[in-house]
Amino acid sequence: MADLPFIAAVDAGIHQEMKRDPRVLYFGQNMATTENHEFVAAYGPDRVRVTPISETAEIGIAIGAAMAGLRPVVELYMAEFMLVAMDQVVNEANRFRYMSGGQVKVPLVLKAGFGFTAGWAGQHTGSLTSLFMGVPGLKVVVPSTAADAKGLMATAIRDDNPVVFLHHYMLTLEHGDVPDGEHLVPFGKAVVRRAGGDVSIVATGWMVHRALAAAERLAAEGISAEVIDPRTVAPLDLETIFGSVEKTRHVVLVDQGTRHASVGAIIASELAEHRFSALAAPIAQVTARDTTIPYSEPLEAYVIPDVERIAAAVRSVLRR
Amino acid sequence: MSVQTPDAGRQIWMLTQMLRIREFETRVKRTFTEHVGVIRGHTHLADGAEASIVGSLTHFQDGDAALATYRCHGYPLVLGSDPKALMAEIYGRADGICKGLGGSMHLTDVKRGFLGTSGIVGAGIPHAAGAAWAAQIRKKGEVVLSFFGDGASKQGAFHETLNIASLWKLPVVFVMENNGYNVVTTTAQEDANAAAGRPLAVKAQAYEMPGITVDGTDPLAVHKVVGDAIARARTGGGPTLVESKVYRLSAHGNIIAPPGVPLHYPEHEAIAVFGKREEYEAALRGDPVPRFRGLLVQSGALTPAKADALARQVAEEMQAAVTFALNSPFPKSESALEYNYA
Repeated sequence: MADLPFIAAVDAGIHQEMKRDPRVLYFGQNMATTENHEFVAAYGPDRVRVTPISETAEIGIAIGAAMAGLRPVVELYMAEFMLVAMDQVVNEANRFRYMSGGQVKVPLVLKAGFGFTAGWAGQHTGSLTSLFMGVPGLKVVVPSTAADAKGLMATAIRDDNPVVFLHHYMLTLEHGDVPDGEHLVPFGKAVVRRAGGDVSIVATGWMVHRALAAAERLAAEGISAEVIDPRTVAPLDLETIFGSVEKTRHVVLVDQGTRHASVGAIIASELAEHRFSALAAPIAQVTARDTTIPYSEPLEAYVIPDVERIAAAVRSVLRR
Repeated sequence: MSVQTPDAGRQIWMLTQMLRIREFETRVKRTFTEHVGVIRGHTHLADGAEASIVGSLTHFQDGDAALATYRCHGYPLVLGSDPKALMAEIYGRADGICKGLGGSMHLTDVKRGFLGTSGIVGAGIPHAAGAAWAAQIRKKGEVVLSFFGDGASKQGAFHETLNIASLWKLPVVFVMENNGYNVVTTTAQEDANAAAGRPLAVKAQAYEMPGITVDGTDPLAVHKVVGDAIARARTGGGPTLVESKVYRLSAHGNIIAPPGVPLHYPEHEAIAVFGKREEYEAALRGDPVPRFRGLLVQSGALTPAKADALARQVAEEMQAAVTFALNSPFPKSESALEYNYA
């Protein structure tokens, strides 16, 4: 084990795969500009390159390279930058295997940070996760710990499909124990971050940590909350969520996206359809308020879910 | 670095491929009236571009790749795909080359280097550059041909990709088939270079690569220009933009209509929208397929009898493709859920 900040763990996942597989490429804007760049030095300029500010070409080139047998990782920095090239993300990368009747594979990773609610205002703070969910052909990964950041990145690179890898910017410097050597975390396997019997809280990314803090606060009040982190939202491990809800009969869904663009809304619909009779109380959702993220600090804090809003939602579903 | 004129045998092969595209496309078009309802959605024909397609692909070698647009029937025919499987795909059948999942706009034949076709204008251009990056890394002298239309050169994907391809000296040749129309918009109405009376190939200057305009109705001229560009790309010289001037002899595509309205090919936009019948008829008089046949007969490469026999043989091949496709079963419903993920 090594104690690493989250962002170094992401890099460790890329290193792990670039070392073992010469087909892995890593490229993007404002990286690899000198021979001393960590990845250029290790893997050479054939495989590691700086690009101009051309998201459509960057992602499109990744698609072509993937169809021709390589495994590109595109450094996009901010999830919003994918919006510039959305056709390539949700209407090209994910469609070619299907439209060709299975003739091609498009193994690539779109690495992008998101949710930077640290004063980045309206255009660099979005939680766009749900935009990519439900798009056939895409996989969507949202790590919340350093260990998962490494293991999910490695799995994403080995996956034969286009993967949107969304790392939460508020977790960038959060430290955690990261396994040394080869580390892979499977897709579609949720993890129970804290076990509990009274209520199930489901959250992704940074919100996992706020949910855990809420669970701690609630424990002092005699409420035992289970916190589930799906880790990948496509594929989504509904079985673990269903199993937890069958046990606790109460559920609070936490998401940094706005209410109708949250992962929680999808989970809520699945619970309502498939586990309605297991629920002793209506589903509660704690999401960002329906607005563009404001710049001013107290306004930003008001808009995004905080520990107390999560705790209050739990008390509400438990009628406490 | 100058390309040799193909010998008589190769020229006959080129004519054969041009005829095969024309006969295939003629039958796609006829299907709308002879077998109503068999083709759904939108088809786009390559008639008029045969010389450009064949002249470009004559240089294709094992390991090379080609990517194109939704106007994609011609390329795989030249690369060796089975016309039966191509027609079955256009008819949405189980024996289709993409198992009925792609249709007319998305023909793909990876085994023959025909990697992919995007239905979104310009979107496939970076895919070609990506495949060229893979070729550059493999260092086997492989090249990638990227086919698209004049309309695509107004997309960001075109400009972003030409910039990177030049910067990275990628082994790719961008073949822009300029047919003068983006659906019903003339090139001069949407292109600043065209409006200024300049060829679209000048766009290459902005990206520090050669930009060459060629008569895309002359297969030997295309063969030379694209051949030079390919030779340059194979030897590390980087990309070239070839503007191949063609005239599409059919409308942009079949009519767009909801179910219940029989689909058909309307008149060419030059006539239907602009009333320029003479422009269209001049293009018909310059039809590259009979012109090249005439050239080969004139040069003595083919006797008229041999040329007729060739035409009959190709017509039979393509008629057999129609018969095969009509008799191919529809795919099983559950197959709609396959191939979303590898």
